[in-house]
Amino acid sequence: MKEKLVLIGNGMAGVRTLEELLKLAPEQYDITVFGGEPYGNYNRILLSPVLAGEKTIDEIMLNDEQWYADNCITLHKGKWVEDVNRARRIVRTSDGSEASYDRLIIATGSNPFIIPIPGNELDGVISFRDISDVDSMLESSRKQGGKAVVIGGGLLGLEAANGLMKQGMNVTVVHLMDTLMERQLDKPAGALLKASLEKNGMKFLMEAQTEAILGTDKVEGIRFKEGLEIPADLVVMAVGIRPNIDLAKKIGLHFERGIVVNDTMQSFDPRVYSVGECIQHRGETYGLVAPLFEQAKVCANHLAHMGIARYQGSVSSTKLKVTGIDLFSAGDFHGDETTEELVLQDPGRGIYKKVVLKDHRIQGAVMYGDTIDGTWYFELMRDGTDVSDFRDKLLFGQAHLGDSGHGDDNRVAAMADTAEICGCNGVCKGDIVNAITREKLFTLDDVRAHTKASSSCGSCTGLVEALLSHTLGGDYSESPARKPLCTCTEFTHDEIRAGMKEQKLKTIPAMQAFFEWKTDNGCSKCRPALNYYLLCQWPGEYRDDAQSRFINERAHANIQKDASYSVIPRMWGGGTTPQELRAIADAAEKYNVKTVHVTGGQRIALYGLKKEELPQIWGELSEAGLVSGHAYGKALRTVKTCVGKEWCRFGTQDSTQLGIDLEKMTWGSWTPHKFKMAASGCPRNCAEATIKDLGVVCVDSGYELHVGGNGGVKVRATDFLRHVETSEQVLEYAAAFMQLYREEAHYLERTAPWLERVGLSYVKEKIVEDEVGRKALAGRFLYSQKFAQEDPWRERAEGAEAYEFTPIKRVG
Amino acid sequence: MNQAEKFMTGQVEWVQICSVEDIPKLGARVVRTAEGDIAVFRTADDEIFALRDKCPHKGGPLSQGIVSGRRVACPLHDWKIDLNSGDAVAPDEGCAARFPVQVEGGVIQLSLTPEEGCPNK
Repeated sequence: MKEKLVLIGNGMAGVRTLEELLKLAPEQYDITVFGGEPYGNYNRILLSPVLAGEKTIDEIMLNDEQWYADNCITLHKGKWVEDVNRARRIVRTSDGSEASYDRLIIATGSNPFIIPIPGNELDGVISFRDISDVDSMLESSRKQGGKAVVIGGGLLGLEAANGLMKQGMNVTVVHLMDTLMERQLDKPAGALLKASLEKNGMKFLMEAQTEAILGTDKVEGIRFKEGLEIPADLVVMAVGIRPNIDLAKKIGLHFERGIVVNDTMQSFDPRVYSVGECIQHRGETYGLVAPLFEQAKVCANHLAHMGIARYQGSVSSTKLKVTGIDLFSAGDFHGDETTEELVLQDPGRGIYKKVVLKDHRIQGAVMYGDTIDGTWYFELMRDGTDVSDFRDKLLFGQAHLGDSGHGDDNRVAAMADTAEICGCNGVCKGDIVNAITREKLFTLDDVRAHTKASSSCGSCTGLVEALLSHTLGGDYSESPARKPLCTCTEFTHDEIRAGMKEQKLKTIPAMQAFFEWKTDNGCSKCRPALNYYLLCQWPGEYRDDAQSRFINERAHANIQKDASYSVIPRMWGGGTTPQELRAIADAAEKYNVKTVHVTGGQRIALYGLKKEELPQIWGELSEAGLVSGHAYGKALRTVKTCVGKEWCRFGTQDSTQLGIDLEKMTWGSWTPHKFKMAASGCPRNCAEATIKDLGVVCVDSGYELHVGGNGGVKVRATDFLRHVETSEQVLEYAAAFMQLYREEAHYLERTAPWLERVGLSYVKEKIVEDEVGRKALAGRFLYSQKFAQEDPWRERAEGAEAYEFTPIKRVG
Repeated sequence: MNQAEKFMTGQVEWVQICSVEDIPKLGARVVRTAEGDIAVFRTADDEIFALRDKCPHKGGPLSQGIVSGRRVACPLHDWKIDLNSGDAVAPDEGCAARFPVQVEGGVIQLSLTPEEGCPNK
């Protein structure tokens, strides 16, 4: 017989737990749900747009009644649970119906706080919490020229005030403090917010303490401490929420401010789980959506008896969903005597940014006007990244303005619906916003799947995240405390690599078994990653798994849109010879190559080859001494050079020979993402060494080493690593740097984001300061190169993996 | 007569293709026909599926994709196609026509007539 699961509370956290559970173990439980409201589960955070008339109730339904039926869930809506007999494991409702359980989830959410003042029970005094509150507000707003007073200038109050104003009411916001949203904003940002809301027509009474609500049956006005009275037809109390622990108290479950739960979301009664706004975890309570969803995931994992997930608390960030207003805040942005503040203020453009640092790490941030870097600050804060290497640039953001593909616009709130967000797939702001609400999307991955925005080059990811948080509003944050490698696993890149090393796991299936992969053979995201990690860890021992390679690396050529392939032979250090050029020209003619193109990495590409022809053309090229250029791989690509002192009147060193030596040493090596190098003969830097993963700029006294640059989506200039005197040193440093990157970066992470994640100081510590460590890294690199420097083209021209290149059969 | 009727009345024309081992596990091979390529897939459990070698999205060659479970990821833009149904995995929409396959004594046999129901033949 199936186990019985009862959920008390038909809201977002509880139902999300069921959804996660159904994904993991659809058959495990008979499920019964009790909900106080007479609806299915709806998206409470979208009540503000409903109030503002931008959405309908139907549009914010997450699970309609059909969903419960489809999943064989018994739904008791409009029923309040009165009591739970924990000894007999029975839930009883106010109308006497009962349900027994093996496991119970309490997700009773929170209650709005009602200020204890005279008149708070009058008709027309409401809170802003559920659909019936919204209905009352809409009802009141029908009266021509009605006056509304919103008590509370926090997130919820301002969203309510904005909605009522949109409905044509005359709105005054009353706030006890001198700053709006003082929990999320500091004074300057609060003042900017107030000014722009006032411009929209909202009125404010600051530092005003409400004494009484006036009226006989219905609200007529409001009186303040100083004696001031103002008329009102509607009073909305939005001064805060409290965890709803009434039931927990009644049934003797341990509580403090909320129901106390452990890292597996269990209460002190091991059969009773609790998630959402009603809980207290490690002393914290949560009122935002992202943490609730993280909790739901963990809870479902344990209900499904998988027992591997832990909730470790959430850091959250805030956005306000009022049209036209961009603000962001996260963490502790007030600071104290132990912290430092970085502030950028540009009142003319309506921009304010403050980042609070403690011990070189971001403690909190608040931004107004330009919030595109909010997600970046949030990530740095969450990961505890040491920002001392780039604190001089911190306030100017992650150079989003330099991103290609979407001009210079980065204020999503002010953008028109027709503004193009994703330049690769032609997705506009309106498309994304509609998909988020219509398809009920909550995460970046959801948006990518449904709209394709941000799913190609990724340069618009920041904008899409900003749109998500702006649309879902207030309470959204898409930055889980930990990022699993892919959806097949709960473990992160770092955990998986460490486990592989410690446990001496040497095959993909062994890794998937040890880390309890949720899918049979992984997916197109994790298999290439695992294959790379194994290859890097066990050189000469691990046998490359061709089926876990993306087609380009499996076929050693780049697939094109018409399923033909391109071929790019290596030109050492960008040099070539008449013989090589002749061989390339002959091959191009013989195979009727449609396009011959000079690449950005100083080589020649031949386009339009059929897959069957590849081994043949490779054979002919290799007779002329040409080898694979690995232009198709997450591997060493090119070493670009200038002609250096051999010809150039400015040249200081033989940069061409240095480039050739570097390429001879490193070709064939697989890396987490593509890896490009360059060597320039003088500081004029014609080889553009300062936008390469590793660049050498020759100077009269030796060589400058630069790391972590790239062109492309987001241009990043390199950081200076150090100056060395000999070309032997250059080679040693290059080998060590590449190996550190190979061993520690996440798969598909280029050196630039990796360097920003771990910090330049860390890399210097490992490579510049630690001579023994550097030599060991370089040694490991050279060792693994022994197994990597076989030309894959020649091998295949001689017959290796012939099955890859030929049809199994031709018919007709 | 539709495909199902042909099948039930034993009128499917089977073409012998290769043995199961000729296709790498979690891989695919191509059967070239006058009407276009057919991709023949082999899963980790040696299940065999055949689809028109053409992603419903932009016509990418599914045979070149990464196979996991009963899915293939198209090499061009990473759409996932269900090998059993030929349908794109939601939220994407579209399909690649299925071709009947059977394995007898370790030998794969294929019908060159696509099953009904998918316009992408």
